[in-house]
Amino acid sequence: MSETASRNQGPIPVCGFEPSAKTHPLTYRLHERDSVLTLEDYQALDGFKGLDEALSHGSSDVLGIIKDAVVRGRGGAGFPAGLKWTFMAQPDGGPRYLVCNADEMEPGTFKDRLLMERLPFQLIEGMIITAYAIGATAGYIFIRGEYVEAAERLNRAIQETINAGYLGKKIKGKHFSFDLYVHTGAGRYICGEETALINSLEGRRANPRTKPPFPQVSGAWGRPTVVNNVETLNSMPSILRFGADWYKGLGVESTEDAGTKLYGASGKVNNPGVWELPIGTTARTILEDYAGGMQEGLSLKAWLPGGASTDFLTPDHLDLNMDFDTIGKAGSRMGTGLIMVIDDQQDMVAVQRNLQQFFSRESCGFCTPCRDGLPWAVKTLDAIQAGNGRASDIKQLKQLTKDLWIGKTFCAHAPGAMEPLQSALKYFESEFTDKLPASERGEQNAEVSTQADAAEAEKPAPVKAGV
Amino acid sequence: MLIVTDSRPRVDANQILGRELVEQIAHHTHHYPQKRAAVLDALKAVQKVHGWVNDTQLAAVASLLDMAVADVEGVATFYNRIYRQSVGRHVILVCDSIACFLTGYEELAGELQAELGVEFGQTTADQRFTLLPIVCLGNCDKGPSLMIDEDTHGPIKPGQIKALLESYA
Ligand SMILES: Cc1cc2nc3c(=O)[nH]c(=O)nc-3n(C[C@H](O)[C@H](O)[C@H](O)COP(=O)(O)O)c2cc1C
Ligand code: SF4
Ligand code: FES
Repeated sequence: MSETASRNQGPIPVCGFEPSAKTHPLTYRLHERDSVLTLEDYQALDGFKGLDEALSHGSSDVLGIIKDAVVRGRGGAGFPAGLKWTFMAQPDGGPRYLVCNADEMEPGTFKDRLLMERLPFQLIEGMIITAYAIGATAGYIFIRGEYVEAAERLNRAIQETINAGYLGKKIKGKHFSFDLYVHTGAGRYICGEETALINSLEGRRANPRTKPPFPQVSGAWGRPTVVNNVETLNSMPSILRFGADWYKGLGVESTEDAGTKLYGASGKVNNPGVWELPIGTTARTILEDYAGGMQEGLSLKAWLPGGASTDFLTPDHLDLNMDFDTIGKAGSRMGTGLIMVIDDQQDMVAVQRNLQQFFSRESCGFCTPCRDGLPWAVKTLDAIQAGNGRASDIKQLKQLTKDLWIGKTFCAHAPGAMEPLQSALKYFESEFTDKLPASERGEQNAEVSTQADAAEAEKPAPVKAGV
Repeated sequence: MLIVTDSRPRVDANQILGRELVEQIAHHTHHYPQKRAAVLDALKAVQKVHGWVNDTQLAAVASLLDMAVADVEGVATFYNRIYRQSVGRHVILVCDSIACFLTGYEELAGELQAELGVEFGQTTADQRFTLLPIVCLGNCDKGPSLMIDEDTHGPIKPGQIKALLESYA
């Protein structure tokens, strides 16, 4: 019955043509082996060559190469990894940490799981390279508790990597020591926020911390710390092997961004899944050529580009490049890059209620606007859905999107919740107002009242046809 | 046993948790510069053996990690995967996030509740199953998804629940 098992065996369709190390640096090895890669498999397929290359340079050279490559963070925010690393405080002889964010709880996102379950060594290699570049002495893979198989495989892979001499003291005879541990979580989406993650790692409640100081100055146990996403760290080995210029050339021609990206699709498409494609591939290509288009009888109404905390886009946006800046300019965010499609049979109010319920339940409760505002959004949406809404509710929801916006709350959780809400109201407001009782709809109309409306009012209220 | 919440508890962790668990917890502490970082590992280790964490066990964990009981309780109650009430032999975690919602969560949840005769947050009378909601399981391409104990399942089509539950005695 377990369909997950099949994910870990058969080959995965990462792309439409023959993959190679230079075209599909993140996933090409999965084509060569159709089960989980062992250390021998990985080494036979050029595993640890990127690390060998890194160790043949000084650590500042490695940092320079990654900075030149402009690896924008794949956890959602798109901050360049190399630049982030340069903010590490100067070494003072004390411990320094590298933390891999493998919390992956953003609804609609299932890419890091694949990388960890199938290619545990690639993440480990990426982390050792990163540790070398930033002078980290220990690393933690903070993985959500539900990824049981991934955590087991990573633990086993770490042990094998120690035996191969790539982890521990004086790695390959260099003046470089690095220990790596798997830390499993126990729930709560907010653990993915990097400062909340650090609190959680330390054995505390996962409330975010103020920034500044940034983790690179004072992170885990008050020591300099870099937090990077699984996919970000997975890109490091190939960049060391083939260079920054090669990496920058991987994206589609019309994008500024570099590298490949794990894109994906969920919702009612024919072939949901994950594919490694040049960064900047259009949403249309992802949805039509890889996800196989909408299921029979359904059409696309809206889509979330990269997780629940991104703004809705519409079919008009399908030809945009899926890259950080283009999607940003269109009023959304690329986020994790895993597209969720909303089909024409879905009720936007119900969809929105589901999203806000998620954010409301996952609020860490630390600051009032988020703790109180999100349940309020849920209650308001409940009332609208039940046909008990008021015209003022729509205004109230719009006000919430301002009151819970960036700068009004302690972290980005609540603003993330407001992204799908504000865009739903922008593109689909009529679906909300249509659910108001007739009397309340009148009040809404009154604001833009015209003589035509007055004439219309003489007629009996229109009954919505049951579609 | 009287538990004093505002100071370090004096309990015999070995007696309460048993040597094996105490050793496991000690092993986890070695991965971190401070012992308390192992608190979730410790609570999960207790839970793996006993299903959930009771007050006495919680106090024992506090004592092992040099933490106040209230502090451990604060952590335990923050995280939804630490259970402070007894649960059934198997815990069913049903994803209710958006991708699963779009692909049949409501039907699945309805079928599960009818089959088990309990609502979310409850345990069946025979102590076999506890039904709980969970956020996105990272299995969205196979929605609707759920987890039973440590196994992820999906997509669960209507009518498949009964057979699936039978494989968990
Ligand atoms: C509420 C919230 C949840 C987040 N969850 C995750 C997550 O699960 N995984 C992740 O990599 N980043 C997550 N992030 C982003 C991290 O804070 C951080 O930016 C990221 O891990 C940095 O890695 P990157 O630069 O390699 O992308 C989240 C952010 C917020 C505000
Ligand atoms: S915005 Fe929400 S999640 Fe972030 S600190 Fe405030 S209450 Fe916590
Ligand atoms: S939304 Fe259910 S597994 Fe992702």
